[in-house]
Amino acid sequence: MIHSLFLINASGDIFLEKHWKSVVSRSVCDYFFEAQERATEPENVPPVIPTPHHYLISVLRHRIYFVAVIQSEVPPLFVIEFLHRVVDTFQDYFGVCTEAAIKDNVVVVYELLEEMLDNGFPLATESNILKELIKPPTILRTMVNTITGSTNVGEQLPTGQLSVVPWRRTGVKYTNNEAYFDVVEEIDAIIDKSGSTITAEIQGVIDACVKLTGMPDLTLSFMNPRLLDDVSFHPCVRFKRWEAERILSFIPPDGNFRLLSYHVSSQNLVAIPVYIKHNITFREGSSQGRFDLTLGPKQTMGKAVESVLVSSQLPRGVLNANLNPSQGTYTFDPVTKMLSWDVGKINPQKLPSLKGTMSLQAGASKPDENPTINIQLKIQQMAISGLKVNRLDMYGEKYKPFKGIKYMTKAGKFQVRT
Amino acid sequence: MDVGFSSLRSEAVGAMRTALVSAENLQLTLKTELSQEEQALTHTKSSPKETHKTGNEDLKEMLESNKDSLKLEAMKRVVGLIAKGKNASELFPAVVKNVASKNIELKKLVYVYLVRYAEEQQDLALLSISTFQRALKDPNQFIRGSALRVLSSIRVPIIVPIMMLAIKEAAADLSPYVRKTSAHAIQKLYSMDPDQKEQLIEVIEKLLKDKSTLVAGSVVMAFEEVCPDRIDLIHKNYRKLCNLLVDVEEWGQVVIISMLTRYARTQFTSPWKEGAMFDENNEKAFYDSDSEEKKDQTEAQPYIMDPDHRLLLRNTKPLLQSRNTAVVMSVAQLYWHLAPKHEVNIVTKSLVRLLRSHREVQYIVLQNIATMSIQRKGMFEPFMKSFYVRSTDATHIKTLKLEILTNLANEANISTILREFQTYVKSQDKAFAAATIQAIGRCATNISEVTDTCLNGLVLLLSNRDETVVAESVVVIKKLLQTQPTQHSEIIKHMAKLFDNITVSMARASILWLMGEYCERVPKIAPDVLRKMAKTFTAEEDIVKLQTVNLAAKLYLTNSKQTKLLTQYILNLGKYDQSYDIRDRTRFIRQLIVPNEKSGALNKYARRILLAPKPAPVLESAFKDRDRYQLGTLSHSLNTKAAGYLELSDWPAVAPDQSVRNVEVIEPVQEWAPLVGKTKKPKSDKFYSDDEEEKEEERSKSSGSEDSSSSSSSSSSDESGSESEEESSEESDKTSSDSGKSSSGSEKSSSESEPEQKKKKKMTKAPQKKSKPTAAFSDSDENGNGPVAQASSSSAESSSDSETDSEDDSDSDSHATQQKKKRDVKSKPKVEVKSKVEVSLLDLDDFSPAPTNAPKSLVVSSSLLSDLEGLSLSNISSTMQVTTPSFGPVKTYELLHHMTGKGLSAKYHFSRQPCLYQPSMVAVQVILTNSSDHSLEEIHIGDRSPASLNIHCFNTIERLEPEASVTVSMGIDFSDSTQAANFQLCTKEDQFSVSIQPAVGELLMPSTMTEQDFSKEQGKLLGMNETSATITMATANTSSQAISKQVLCAANVGVVSSSANNFHRFAGRTVSSRALVLVSLELKESSTALLTINTEKSVMASMLLRDLKQALAQA
Repeated sequence: MIHSLFLINASGDIFLEKHWKSVVSRSVCDYFFEAQERATEPENVPPVIPTPHHYLISVLRHRIYFVAVIQSEVPPLFVIEFLHRVVDTFQDYFGVCTEAAIKDNVVVVYELLEEMLDNGFPLATESNILKELIKPPTILRTMVNTITGSTNVGEQLPTGQLSVVPWRRTGVKYTNNEAYFDVVEEIDAIIDKSGSTITAEIQGVIDACVKLTGMPDLTLSFMNPRLLDDVSFHPCVRFKRWEAERILSFIPPDGNFRLLSYHVSSQNLVAIPVYIKHNITFREGSSQGRFDLTLGPKQTMGKAVESVLVSSQLPRGVLNANLNPSQGTYTFDPVTKMLSWDVGKINPQKLPSLKGTMSLQAGASKPDENPTINIQLKIQQMAISGLKVNRLDMYGEKYKPFKGIKYMTKAGKFQVRT
Repeated sequence: MDVGFSSLRSEAVGAMRTALVSAENLQLTLKTELSQEEQALTHTKSSPKETHKTGNEDLKEMLESNKDSLKLEAMKRVVGLIAKGKNASELFPAVVKNVASKNIELKKLVYVYLVRYAEEQQDLALLSISTFQRALKDPNQFIRGSALRVLSSIRVPIIVPIMMLAIKEAAADLSPYVRKTSAHAIQKLYSMDPDQKEQLIEVIEKLLKDKSTLVAGSVVMAFEEVCPDRIDLIHKNYRKLCNLLVDVEEWGQVVIISMLTRYARTQFTSPWKEGAMFDENNEKAFYDSDSEEKKDQTEAQPYIMDPDHRLLLRNTKPLLQSRNTAVVMSVAQLYWHLAPKHEVNIVTKSLVRLLRSHREVQYIVLQNIATMSIQRKGMFEPFMKSFYVRSTDATHIKTLKLEILTNLANEANISTILREFQTYVKSQDKAFAAATIQAIGRCATNISEVTDTCLNGLVLLLSNRDETVVAESVVVIKKLLQTQPTQHSEIIKHMAKLFDNITVSMARASILWLMGEYCERVPKIAPDVLRKMAKTFTAEEDIVKLQTVNLAAKLYLTNSKQTKLLTQYILNLGKYDQSYDIRDRTRFIRQLIVPNEKSGALNKYARRILLAPKPAPVLESAFKDRDRYQLGTLSHSLNTKAAGYLELSDWPAVAPDQSVRNVEVIEPVQEWAPLVGKTKKPKSDKFYSDDEEEKEEERSKSSGSEDSSSSSSSSSSDESGSESEEESSEESDKTSSDSGKSSSGSEKSSSESEPEQKKKKKMTKAPQKKSKPTAAFSDSDENGNGPVAQASSSSAESSSDSETDSEDDSDSDSHATQQKKKRDVKSKPKVEVKSKVEVSLLDLDDFSPAPTNAPKSLVVSSSLLSDLEGLSLSNISSTMQVTTPSFGPVKTYELLHHMTGKGLSAKYHFSRQPCLYQPSMVAVQVILTNSSDHSLEEIHIGDRSPASLNIHCFNTIERLEPEASVTVSMGIDFSDSTQAANFQLCTKEDQFSVSIQPAVGELLMPSTMTEQDFSKEQGKLLGMNETSATITMATANTSSQAISKQVLCAANVGVVSSSANNFHRFAGRTVSSRALVLVSLELKESSTALLTINTEKSVMASMLLRDLKQALAQA
């Protein structure tokens, strides 16, 4: 399946290679570089590139290309999904997945890659098992290791792989037993220039952080499970139980994991938390353009809208922007033409606005499209779909755990066309 | 000198290293910094080659020291070298010594090194073999496993026999982990020495029988690599693999599913036998996806699905919920290639969900959806909005979405799609804008109603500032004009005018071709264009030159008087052109058109050759023929056959012997989790008992319909076995046995009506009875009532659409008990449903989301509405508001005639009031009259289609006395389409299907605005959004009052006061999407008028135009 893996940074250097079968020369990446050159943006590099003897399947994350070399037919999603899993694992281990972090931990990276794939076929990708095999580097452990000469590699051999619940390591012990769940919902929307919603959907996830001793068996129920239209589960969730009772029943992995991701049924109208009044105009023949943007809260159920970030790709003809924000700061990159405005919190009494002029290239004709505005925001303590967790019960263990649920709403791909 | 220097240098470095070593011995933590520093030192001072050598010397020293920490440090640096792709092979002897180290991390790093370099240093690698051989006998399973893993990864041909032996031994190991490793080792050995194939197949055969979920994925992978054609090995394991599938790790699932897809295509007959029929009511099948309907269709056909086929489909379905996108995709392709057409739709939602994932995942999924959407529009149409393009999407994602939107376009949604396309055309990403124009062209050819609109829009784009947009438009217009060449001389003239400004050669060539092809329609312009071309001929691109020659030739034939000299001139230029293509063409054309003695017969036909009517090009999707590849594969993604691609075979005409899959021994399935595990055992029991049943049935040579019922029964009994709620269903049966009995009685009455069917049931009685004890094992013996419910429900399911006979009703209860025994073998999907209902007492509305949703969305939407109105202030002047109509004509339509309605008659009219329930609904008043002699009870609205139709129903009318009538109002969301709303009007006894077809004018609501606003808005809605026609009005209608009356009668619009006498304006908005609809009527002499409609909804515009034309024409 997967023959080799090359990691390539933004400037086109191969800074790590790993082969699971016989060695493939790194010159195979020349085909990748060729495709990269042809693509105008880093994102435009096609994920699947055929070469005379191999196929290159790549993913781009954290400005690093992970290029897998394939020799024969394999479902491309198989490889893509695996590569993303690799990135997730790195992130899990090192906190960030950057070139520097990978170079610093090259031995751990190698040990991980060795365990994750055998002969190109995934072997252990579950983070609980991997952590049993290879301990993640922490500052403390690195220090202890250098002093005592002990190692990162787990002393005992992994038992998780053999158990009936392969995602959970055995013999977990905590003094404080706690289980926290974050319900995070994202609104994807396209708003047209008159302010009406063209399309809007809510996607949500429940991320869990479970630190419980032993083998707890949890059930999580919702007040309104019918909101969930389409769901995908962590393998620990018992699907049959969900089908029958709409209850999440599972033996959780230890630590952080994504329990569930869901899509809220499209019949429900989506509440759009903010509105934008915009007036972006370019006049024919003049080298000035007007820019006027005002944000306001809409259906927020009384909660504050925070961490608002507005960004927009201005037309190529715009040379500079001279704007005046009523709050927050804005930046305009004259090279990429990216305008971003860090608004912060929206105060309903005093609506934030960004006004001013844009200077255009002299003599250039007026751009035919107005820019699209992308918005990011956060609303704490609310799931916009109205999803509510009813209760969480634990079976199988005697102690009483701390339980906590947090709700949050974010803007996902939220675009306003102007 | 040099030598002295370098030796000095190495001495210095050596000294430093000794210092380092001693520091290391003192266990100082400074070491890493030191080594970096030292590296920097050597880097700056010596040549890279030397560094390497000395660097490696140093490592060698460290590796040979007797301290583990030093060795480990050295190995870490070696791994660093390997990771960077630097050569560290010369350290091999030093490294390999450490293979037997006690330190686990050190050992692992040595393994990494060994696997990397063993191929290059084969002799030395052999030194390590004995260590592994020893480890293979270790009592610890993990040590055995990892030893085999490394041993098999060392690609040294000499050790093939050792590996073979190790694999064989490991395949029989007690530990599933070791067996899994041996499955991996099979592939490694095979790739090194394909001659071992036969022996390896034996091992695979053995491992395929393994019951561990850990092994399943790996061994199937080995099977796929080594002997994918040996499907005979799968037969016996097929059912086991299906049953284990859910518990196999995710990567194994992908491999198993794709293997089973191929397997199923060779073993089962096509479930698409009546494919043609399904394709026709594609839409219908989509909307009526309830199980009832499905059963009917399968019943109607002689096709019987093999229970094993069904087993596969059923067991893969839960995997659609996997978090692994590859698993979801592989299930989707399995359903696409194996499931009956009407069942494929269940994968839609999951595929759309994947679009939320990473960019690369989107890319692959969109490619597959693009292929699917060509064949099955209905599958993705409800999710059209998920394919709208965002400005932040990567270009290849954008073009794929565009492709899908184009595939999905049909008469109903084209106006929405075109409006979306209009936004895309203006995109800054010009490659994408060009692709959008292509897409508009495809929509225009596919949907004849919008061809003109599209053409107008494209012509407007010709004055775009961007060259690529213009060029693309020209090319697309050329293709469109070719499909309908009539009446378009205007456009050709327009393009001729633009010709001077267009510089893209493809566009110029296209215009020239158009001129030539339709030169008779533009007799004055074509020669002039040719004159211009003659001037610039030498400076043009080849493709333009060729078309110039063509144009010259065509003009010469049609209009030689004017163009003879020009043609000669151009042909002369072409004769001496640099390109041989052009010289060739010129020579050919000259011989063809200019008569001379040599040219002979061909000359006569020149006109017929050059001006032959040409077939219009078909604008097709690039994904049209992709379906020859299995979906989800690399080959599909690249649209070429990738190495190692395994062809998906066609369905066999006759299914091969299905008994090959029977297994004698009942294999207990490995338990996965307590809850599921409990139900597993019964499943396998039942499953095999079904088989026996089936064999017996085969023997009894039962008829087609019988077979179908039995097959459905066996498959569904499986289903119930595998469901974990079985337990609860039993309980519920027990507790609510009474209610179960009574309800089942009534249910049964409707089902068990055809006497024929009863007879058949009796015929099959004997064999079914035999299998009863096993099949019904968990339910029937617990209490007597369970089977009653089962029996009735299964028959209800199997013949649910059979006509109900009232006589049967009466004695159905007695039948119930008689038939209990006959049919209790039958499945009990209904029981399942009941159990669901039972459970859902906790959350009833879970299973009937539609009605409970309505009030909620109402609240949200009204607030949304007000918000929207608040917002729109910035853009649209405040004077424009939706008002209630001043004129309300009542045209009543018949909904249900009292003859067909068994006394109930219904009439409806559009009240033209804003709907109270939801602003996007059209208010409809329904007058219900009881013209029978008995009172009707419980009049309400039943099923509706399409299922997504949003209706606000009136409250159930408890009782309607004879001769009484009642008026109720309801709201229907037509979503701005004239598609009829079909629903059922139910009384207590009967249900009648009725439909409300709105006239387009009723989908509007009036809007008032000033004349200025009107013209301002009209100015925004030109081009594609404008439709106009000259109409002739009846003489009675020429007065302004009469016009208003007629227009308002036909459409629910508001009058806009007008200053000019010969101008009439009306404004309205569509109810659902609130798109502005502007109607203007300009009176001309002698009762003709120019009627113009401006709206974004182009389809509505053309329909409204037609209606108004009709209304104004009649007196």
